[in-house]
Amino acid sequence: MIEVKNLYKRFGDLEVLKNINCRIASQEVVVVIGPSGSGKSTFLRCINLLEEPTSGDVLIEGVNLMDPKTNINRMRQEVGMVFQQFNLFPNKTALQNITMAPMKVRGLNEKQAREEADKLLDKVGLNDKAHAYPQQLSGGQQQRVAIARALAMRPKVMLFDECTSALDPEMVGDVLAVMKDLAKEGMTMIVVTHEMGFAREVGDRAIFMDEGMIVEEGTPEQIFKNAQHDRTKLFLSKVL
Amino acid sequence: MEVVINSFPVLLMGAGMTILITLLSISIGCVLGLVAGLSRLSKSRILSFFATCYIDFFRGTPLLVQLVIIYFGIPDILKDVQGYLVAALGISPFFKNIPVFAAVLIALSLNSGAYIGEIFRAGVQSINKGQMEAARSLGMTSHQAMRFIILPQAFKRMIPPLGNEFIALLKDTALVSIIGFEELFRRGQLIVGATYEAFAIYLAVAFIYLAMTLSFSRFVDYLERRLRTGD
Ligand SMILES: Nc1ncnc2c1ncn2[C@@H]1O[C@H](COP(=O)(O)OP(=O)(O)O)[C@@H](O)[C@H]1O
Ligand SMILES: [Mg+2]
Repeated sequence: MIEVKNLYKRFGDLEVLKNINCRIASQEVVVVIGPSGSGKSTFLRCINLLEEPTSGDVLIEGVNLMDPKTNINRMRQEVGMVFQQFNLFPNKTALQNITMAPMKVRGLNEKQAREEADKLLDKVGLNDKAHAYPQQLSGGQQQRVAIARALAMRPKVMLFDECTSALDPEMVGDVLAVMKDLAKEGMTMIVVTHEMGFAREVGDRAIFMDEGMIVEEGTPEQIFKNAQHDRTKLFLSKVL
Repeated sequence: MEVVINSFPVLLMGAGMTILITLLSISIGCVLGLVAGLSRLSKSRILSFFATCYIDFFRGTPLLVQLVIIYFGIPDILKDVQGYLVAALGISPFFKNIPVFAAVLIALSLNSGAYIGEIFRAGVQSINKGQMEAARSLGMTSHQAMRFIILPQAFKRMIPPLGNEFIALLKDTALVSIIGFEELFRRGQLIVGATYEAFAIYLAVAFIYLAMTLSFSRFVDYLERRLRTGD
């Protein structure tokens, strides 16, 4: 469903991604781990073209994002993204955050968008917060609204970039629970995370990145219990 | 005291003209500023270059100089051009002068447009990059993201600096007395010329400006408080 081929990304002189290749099957949950600065975020952001790859191909269901003829806005609707800093729209209520894009982009009317948003708020356990503004919500609640907002576009893939890193520890569980439910429902997910417990429990596959390269990949069991590369072992010894 | 009371209606008429010209110029300035500010932010190098030139020129030169260029300088050039046309084509002259009111309006609008352009640019740039990214990741075009996500937040932040610009412009309108436009200060000058009561009249003029600027800044405070939902 997603295919990344020979992906390179540089910022000026800094080569951040070096020849990344990977395929992600439909309904697969891939967790990406690796030290800070190894290019995990950049990798995710290349998949919805928030960063433009320097070279290589990114295909989503066979459509190449790097093809100039591809309608990027159309493709971005298929790819939901959840950010570390939530990035909710501060001047809109939780409900409006969720209904905004379906109304403006998918062309739903307000009533349809509201009905869908109500279901999504239910799903993330926040139907009592529909009319709260982001600043009135805790970090965990904001992040769950952000997940609902992304789901409202009915994406085929969800990208999570360290979406629990900015949360107080007691909030992390609620957000992870929502993500587990999504995985169970068969959502295709790429999850950059430092939550190793979550990675082992939910991930179908783990990718270890370092210095802009995929160093090692395999089932979470293989990576966590039986890593082949010293860099992977070193990293895991620090975080586990 | 009596002279102040007697001339008060005339001063108030001047104040009315001051308010009128300020409101008109700010309104046109907002349109110019939106265009200039967004042009400066645009990816197009040419647009951004011209917007920068415009903003730099009108912020970097005295309003008084801009005013005399528009009122005295440009008509001179136009008359020269007209002279050639009349000689060459045998048509009769059609242009004499820019009306004072038009010159004042053009100068003040262009001037405030430059300042407001910078206010727009700063307002848009003050919005966290993550807002644009979130909007784009939902499939919005950059145009939609700007219109529905970025600008509404930026406008709210622009209210205080826009209020300051309004007050600055209102005070700067006194400069247009130099070309004889009869706003508040010019009215004061004329009355002083007739009565020789410089202190009392100019003090009254000052207090009328003060009343206008203070009530306006109270209004801006109120507006800011009203709009303080989210962010
Ligand atoms: N917009 C950018 N401009 C320049 N350098 C960047 C930019 N974004 C990321 N980088 C650099 O790219 C490298 C990888 O960053 P990132 O993908 O955020 O890593 P990670 O998410 O694994 O911590 C870092 O060295 C970072 O400083
Ligand atoms: Mg990162």
